Amino acid sequence: MSTSAPARPATPIGRAASGADERLTIAGPLRRTLNKVFPDHWSFLLGEIALYTFVILLLTGTYLTFFFDASMEEVVYDGSYDPLRGVEMSKAYATSLDISFDVRGGLLMRQIHHWAALLFVAAIVVHLMRTFFTGAFRKPREANWMIGVALLVLGILEGVFGYSLPDDLLSGTGLRIINAIIMSIPVIGTWTAFAIFGGEFPGEVIIARFYILHVLLIPGILLALISAHLLLIVKNKHTQFPGPGRTEDNVVGKRFFPVFAVKSGGFFMVVFGLTAALGGLVQINPIWLYGPYNPGLVSAGSQPDWYVGFLDGSTRLFPPWDLYIFGYNIPPLFWPTIVMPGILFTLLALYPIIEAKLTKDTAHHNLLQRPRDVPVRTAIGAMALAFYTVLWISGGNDLIADKFNISLNAMTWVGRIGLIVLPPIAYWVAYRLCLGLQQHDRQVLEHGVETGIIRRLPHGEFIEVHQPLGPVDAHGHGSLQYGGAPVPKRMNHIGGLGRAVKGFFTPIEDAAPRHDPALDEERQVELTGSGRPKDTEA
Amino acid sequence: MSSGLALLLALIAVGGLYSATAPESTAQDSGLSVEAMAGQEIYENGCITCHGRNLQGVEDQGPSLIGVGEAAVYFQVGTGRMPLAQNEAQAQRKTPAYDDAEVNQLMAYIQANGGGPTLPDEGDLREGELAEGGELFRLNCASCHNFAGRGGALSGGKNAPALTESTDLDIYTAMLSGPQNMPVFGDNQLTPEQKRSIINYVQTLKETADPGGAGIGRAGPVPEGLVIWVVGITVCLVVCVWVGSRA
Repeated sequence: MSTSAPARPATPIGRAASGADERLTIAGPLRRTLNKVFPDHWSFLLGEIALYTFVILLLTGTYLTFFFDASMEEVVYDGSYDPLRGVEMSKAYATSLDISFDVRGGLLMRQIHHWAALLFVAAIVVHLMRTFFTGAFRKPREANWMIGVALLVLGILEGVFGYSLPDDLLSGTGLRIINAIIMSIPVIGTWTAFAIFGGEFPGEVIIARFYILHVLLIPGILLALISAHLLLIVKNKHTQFPGPGRTEDNVVGKRFFPVFAVKSGGFFMVVFGLTAALGGLVQINPIWLYGPYNPGLVSAGSQPDWYVGFLDGSTRLFPPWDLYIFGYNIPPLFWPTIVMPGILFTLLALYPIIEAKLTKDTAHHNLLQRPRDVPVRTAIGAMALAFYTVLWISGGNDLIADKFNISLNAMTWVGRIGLIVLPPIAYWVAYRLCLGLQQHDRQVLEHGVETGIIRRLPHGEFIEVHQPLGPVDAHGHGSLQYGGAPVPKRMNHIGGLGRAVKGFFTPIEDAAPRHDPALDEERQVELTGSGRPKDTEA
Repeated sequence: MSSGLALLLALIAVGGLYSATAPESTAQDSGLSVEAMAGQEIYENGCITCHGRNLQGVEDQGPSLIGVGEAAVYFQVGTGRMPLAQNEAQAQRKTPAYDDAEVNQLMAYIQANGGGPTLPDEGDLREGELAEGGELFRLNCASCHNFAGRGGALSGGKNAPALTESTDLDIYTAMLSGPQNMPVFGDNQLTPEQKRSIINYVQTLKETADPGGAGIGRAGPVPEGLVIWVVGITVCLVVCVWVGSRA
């Protein structure tokens, strides 16, 4: 406490703020938070999409709970949807139909909720890719990477539970497959499935159990993990790309208040608007078309939501190998649905540790890497994406076969062969691309930017004029070193085009006189195509 | 001499026996109606290569048509599936090669040879209970034709076609005749009333607008996943770049 206290604030807002601070001692932490600096890069906003869709999910989900009854008790439908009136169904399905047809705004809320759920997991995946390819997971951020992977897994589980709740024919088919997957686990599978489903499938409790997991337990854990995820960002500071003035020990960007807060608020509105537009304009999960669940029925083209599609694909591609070990059967379903995702997610979660071990890198990293500068990691990522994409496409291979008139058997074999052949090809292509991009960066640093100006010399030789990016030596070679930041490759990157004229629809200012630094012979030395300074020819 | 007489008598007896029992081709032709005879002419021009001289079928080319009935002809020829454009996994719906009158003539010719399922009696083919039709559709049809009748893949390039273009009578005759990979749903499996309920359900779904907006094919979560990545994530990325570049 300072002895020379500042003067009492005079304005009403100031007095209220000072009153709050006297009671809560909040000024210090609040000032630190509001002054927190966020680096500017579009790819740092990807995680925010996931955060905003989570908020939308909480809001719309709460609305749906007002009208949904997670009961498997049989009732006869008597609502507005004519083709199902008089049909026996569970209360869960009947109330889902009521939400869709008889609750004001119910269908819109359901659709926003479902679209936001698809966007939530998609945004997590895109955010994860950014974190992976820029090396943002390296020390000291390994723990936050693992929290992120946990969020992804929980997000998928949360989606699966939500998919199961309406108890329509599609969600029941999903439940049946979940039941079969659990049963395929050796030794404990059957008893685990009995414990979860309360006996034989489908039983009478599974919807109520999944409901409480879906609306309480998993959202609670998600909320806690998201909080930890954000707190760790505050604690570790945000990473940034290398660039002028950016070091391992600072963060260059905009303060939280006001710039970043305004941007984030606006972005939240855009994401909310997008999910609302999708919810209002594009139909999702039309449960009334599926009909009530009946274990004896299944529809063609029964698919999971996109984030489980890769497991559906792995199941379709895996050969029907029935193993018997000591007389115990291991069903083929066990490998593609338990073992494969188990290995994939374990590798994903442990990747920061694996990479640090293999590269013997124990340093602290706050500066990001461009994907091209770490070709092996980028190539591994490309390989993993190729593997995942083949599985993912195979999850919908019956629809692709049907809509594009391809044999389903051919689609299966394309998937099986592609799963083995494509990842190494993706690795090689990504690796070569990285090396090529690296070399081009260094070429530009050494020889300058191509200006596109072709000059004919007195003895007939044609040369292209190059614009050096910095001082050059006697041979005309640039002396700048590559620092991990983007290298300008075109003249307009270094001001060759001048600033764009302001104005959205029509110009609101006169165009500034054009200034071409490549033609400014006073300031810079032109280079010939062969790397010789121009004035040596004279 | 007596042996020569005996031979003569025997020849006369055999000849008389032959003329009494031999198949009388002209007599059989006259058994066909005028319409069926016109149908036979069409058959012998357009169908005989694969289905054979006597409708008995040709191995690896086409099945026997004896007893398939006019319902099968109506479905196969009326929807343009027959005649085939080429030998492939499955006949595709296309513009019919024969007009209604010619289809009727073919129907008469096939029906005259071994009988088989006939077209339903006059009346509204949608005269059935809607909700019951839905139950029966999910039980008997949805496993191949998808929950909304949008079709699905079968093995080896075959498919259960979408019902989007099917008329009431197309669906009815398909159930009766079981074309290609489809099982036959005879009147003892699905009564005519149940068939009418199913048709009512299928056609009602088709004519009902999607209450949730664009139906995106009514094909389940795959097109939904496509939309969230192609539209949702793309819009988000564009906005990210836009917001991220504003100082």
